[in-house]
Amino acid sequence: MKVTLTDFDKAFENRVRLQIMSVLVANESYDFNSLKELLAVTDGNLASHLKALEKEQYITINKSFLGRKPNTRYFASDLGKAAFKKHLQSLENLIKQQKL
Amino acid sequence: MEDKDLYAEIASIRSIMERSTKFISLSGLSGVMAGIYALIGAGLAYKLIYTGEPQVVYVRYNDPLVVQLFLIACAVLVCSIGTGVWLTVRKAAKKGESVWNQSSQMLLKNGALPLLTGGCFVLLLLCRGYYGVISPGCLIFYGLALVAASRYTYGDVKWLGLCDIGLGLLATLLPGYGLLFWALGFGVLHILYGTIMHFKYDR
Repeated sequence: MKVTLTDFDKAFENRVRLQIMSVLVANESYDFNSLKELLAVTDGNLASHLKALEKEQYITINKSFLGRKPNTRYFASDLGKAAFKKHLQSLENLIKQQKL
Repeated sequence: MEDKDLYAEIASIRSIMERSTKFISLSGLSGVMAGIYALIGAGLAYKLIYTGEPQVVYVRYNDPLVVQLFLIACAVLVCSIGTGVWLTVRKAAKKGESVWNQSSQMLLKNGALPLLTGGCFVLLLLCRGYYGVISPGCLIFYGLALVAASRYTYGDVKWLGLCDIGLGLLATLLPGYGLLFWALGFGVLHILYGTIMHFKYDR
């Protein structure tokens, strides 16, 4: 059955992007390599999805160095958290609709 | 979007949130082993204290008995941590997860503060001859460490921690039964907890 997608966030259409957002909402922050390992995606794939989320201003980035190694940490912005919540709400509404 | 996808989507969000915040490769068996080591240690300590020479009233920190007890405690600690790390690494490898990730680091960081504080506190009092503080002190601070760390692993760890704190307070109330409470808290509770965890998550 096809369901209508009101309130559905285009930025979260992709599974990886939604997963990235889930991780950042559940944690204070997460670094690139841990994200890559957790989601089992390639560098390039992850980077492009992070870029997309950054463009939406859903995440903020903090670049620093651990010794000589670059360490990039990602945080969910307030805007991103709100969007994620709304997206979950719309998923929930869809399920409720189907049960009726 | 198909409704099957919808459930898959939500399930994936849930699983990723859980995996990103919690370190779930802790092995239940390592709890059982730690409990067994603790019981063996307590048994040895009991033999040393209550058999052999007549009751020593004033013990000094350089007394051979104290040194022997200290060595037993260290052996129990090293064996427990060693087995725990080994079994946890094995379990993580089996599940294809890394052991040293953000959640395991958070787990250690949060557990380390109460644990190290407690360790120093007990050792300092020990040097001044307050032997009665060993058992309740270890139990209470270990319990606090578990509760603090439990946010980053299975929630059940919190209950183990709360039970240890309770036992520690009881041990404070009933001086003279320190060894018994220590054996209960570190031995029996660990075995019980490890068994529950093993059957709940490891199979």
